Amino acid sequence: MSTNLQRHDALALLRESMGEMRGGETAVLPFGIDALDKRLAEGGLVLGGLHEVSAATPTLTDDAAATLFSVGIAARAAAGSGRRVLWALTRFDLYAPGLEQAGLDPATLLFVEAKDDKDVLAVMEDGLRHGGLASVVGEVKRADMVATRRLQLAAMSGGTPALLARRWRKAGVSPLTELSAAMTRWRIACAPSERLPAPGVGRARWTVELARQRGGPPFTLELEACDDTGRLALPAAPLDRETAPARATARAA
Amino acid sequence: MRELGRRSEAADHPFKRPVAAPGSLARSPVPVIHSVPLILAEQVGQRNVITAACPAALALGLTPGMAVTQARALVPDIDIRPADPAADQAVLDSLALHAVRHWTPTAAASGADGLWLDLTGAAHLHGGEERFCRRLVSFCRRFGFTARVAVAGRPGAAHALARFGRQSVTSIPNGSEAQALAPLPPAALRLTPDALTAAARFGLDRIADLLPLPRGPLARRLGIASVRRLDEALGRVPEPIVPVVPEETPVARRRLLEPIGTAEAIEHVIGDLLGDMILTLQERGLGARTLLLILERIDGSEQRIAIGTSRPSRDASHLARLFHLRIEKIDPGDGIETMRLAATRTDPLSATTLAASLAGDDAPADVATLVDQLAGRVGDAALFTAAPVESDVPERAVCRASPLAAPTGWPAWRRPVRLLRRPEPLIGVLALLPDAPPRRFTWRGHVHAVVAGDGPERIHGEWWRRDGELWAVRDYFRVEDDTGARFWLFRRGDGVDASTGDLSWYLHGLFG
Repeated sequence: MSTNLQRHDALALLRESMGEMRGGETAVLPFGIDALDKRLAEGGLVLGGLHEVSAATPTLTDDAAATLFSVGIAARAAAGSGRRVLWALTRFDLYAPGLEQAGLDPATLLFVEAKDDKDVLAVMEDGLRHGGLASVVGEVKRADMVATRRLQLAAMSGGTPALLARRWRKAGVSPLTELSAAMTRWRIACAPSERLPAPGVGRARWTVELARQRGGPPFTLELEACDDTGRLALPAAPLDRETAPARATARAA
Repeated sequence: MRELGRRSEAADHPFKRPVAAPGSLARSPVPVIHSVPLILAEQVGQRNVITAACPAALALGLTPGMAVTQARALVPDIDIRPADPAADQAVLDSLALHAVRHWTPTAAASGADGLWLDLTGAAHLHGGEERFCRRLVSFCRRFGFTARVAVAGRPGAAHALARFGRQSVTSIPNGSEAQALAPLPPAALRLTPDALTAAARFGLDRIADLLPLPRGPLARRLGIASVRRLDEALGRVPEPIVPVVPEETPVARRRLLEPIGTAEAIEHVIGDLLGDMILTLQERGLGARTLLLILERIDGSEQRIAIGTSRPSRDASHLARLFHLRIEKIDPGDGIETMRLAATRTDPLSATTLAASLAGDDAPADVATLVDQLAGRVGDAALFTAAPVESDVPERAVCRASPLAAPTGWPAWRRPVRLLRRPEPLIGVLALLPDAPPRRFTWRGHVHAVVAGDGPERIHGEWWRRDGELWAVRDYFRVEDDTGARFWLFRRGDGVDASTGDLSWYLHGLFG
């Protein structure tokens, strides 16, 4: 009887500690879109984890879309907390007014222009271990398994999300073919936006592909791009797409 | 000054040339002679008045207090420069610091044109008061200053005699202040302008006239402050001198019993030095901005490493971490025997409150420590924030600011997320003039068929920067091609007037 009780206690203790560990691990940042959050294993992006973002093709426009995807996540992680976002890169070609329009205002951002990828990774690790930042973004061309595992551990210890933007090195070899310890790996491509009834460019759309995630299957979604607070949106249902111009013209008439 | 204790006058050097008689100093020529009379002018209210004049100008009758227009009328060929009281005060302060370091421990600037030096117990170090005064005058002459020195038992009396006395060097014995001051005008007593006007109205032209007057009526007529000034000059009321204190760089030093060479040992000593340094800084209420570590090797050479912080800091672990990044740069050679740590730049840093963390409100960790750490890794210049510049030209709208700045944002015109370093020319552009977005264009060898476009957003050149931008115009368009890629293009020229641009097309940025 007593052994049974002891076993029971031990199990309860174990469960408690497991719950604590899991509770510590699973602080997440949801996207706020059910279709996306439900398919993610943790119901959102794990805050103490490494997430990789890459462009689907080596074109600069897809690269810009991937950058904006990271900006949106960083902006939502920083929103209202008063914490700053560290952005490490080797060649500074970001345009800060454009970042502000995706939700990252210039007072939040702190840029580090490092010499090479090694320095970028070291700077990211310092930033993650500091623990006082909302998120850390790095742009690299090459990061091997060891480097990503280090980043993942640093992100866990600091409880800060790490976003690694992997840029294309040469055409035909996707940067996501390299092994990585990241929690999620995203592939972003530009998609045609909805045609407006009047001349003009509608809200941008992306094809967001989750290439790999821990504890869940990959999937692909078409989403509307970040608004000025970094939030994505689900486009109107595909069925409605054909009828939308008709309705709009009816309204215009 | 009072003759206290023993006076040990230094013996004259037998081979030095004999010193000149004291009277000859007054006759010595003024060191700087201007060919054109020089005056300094300052704006006082509505008038531009002379604040100082060179001897040549004084000889022509241009006295301080005269209006500059009048001086110009009197002497057409005249050099007028603006007065700089702040610079004057800085020179005077540095002279006071020199006095504290070399002449006497108690020295202070007196007003805008004088120095107090307390010679009590210090005169014999310079060979007596008279010899000290002579050396002081010649010291000042070497720097181009004309000095007048008075030695008296009271600061007030010395002040009066130095400015209103007959000779450039005056020394009066203790107790004879009343006699020495009697022929001087009341202005010598540092009275207020109102009191001076009142004294002139009552016919009190000399201090001798004030001395026999009863104190009560005198105080009623000239004010109690004037009576106090008189008492101070005569020694009835004490007037202490508040000395300037020279700031010294906080330094910590460790001599080592045996030379060290390993990184661990060096780091340990740095920890000890930081402990000492932080105690010193705490006493003075300072925080370190720059720390210089000097390592003396046994072969007599020195190694120096410096760290900087973005905010004043007294955090030993943070400073130790910054040094930790630099330790590998030290070459210990055969061993290091002495280590010194100097805070070469400090800023005031008072105690900070702990209220937020006591209440359980988890304030985010300070970013400044991270900034220092990263600056140690990649260099100061590599850390920055993007700050706005008031310019509509896109490539000029952003500048780099310090990493701890909190810049404000930009106007809400649609802007791309990446901007090409240089706009890239497009070829094969099909577009309707004057203000339609292009239908198709070729960039980097690929043809893009445009399906939607916004624009134009017209940006004019900044004529105040370059002549070439006087009429220049850029019309910006945001376009999307058939694959969904979004670009930021511009056309030079408004499509109507040829002088605004040559209608060539460029790609400037990329929207996601």
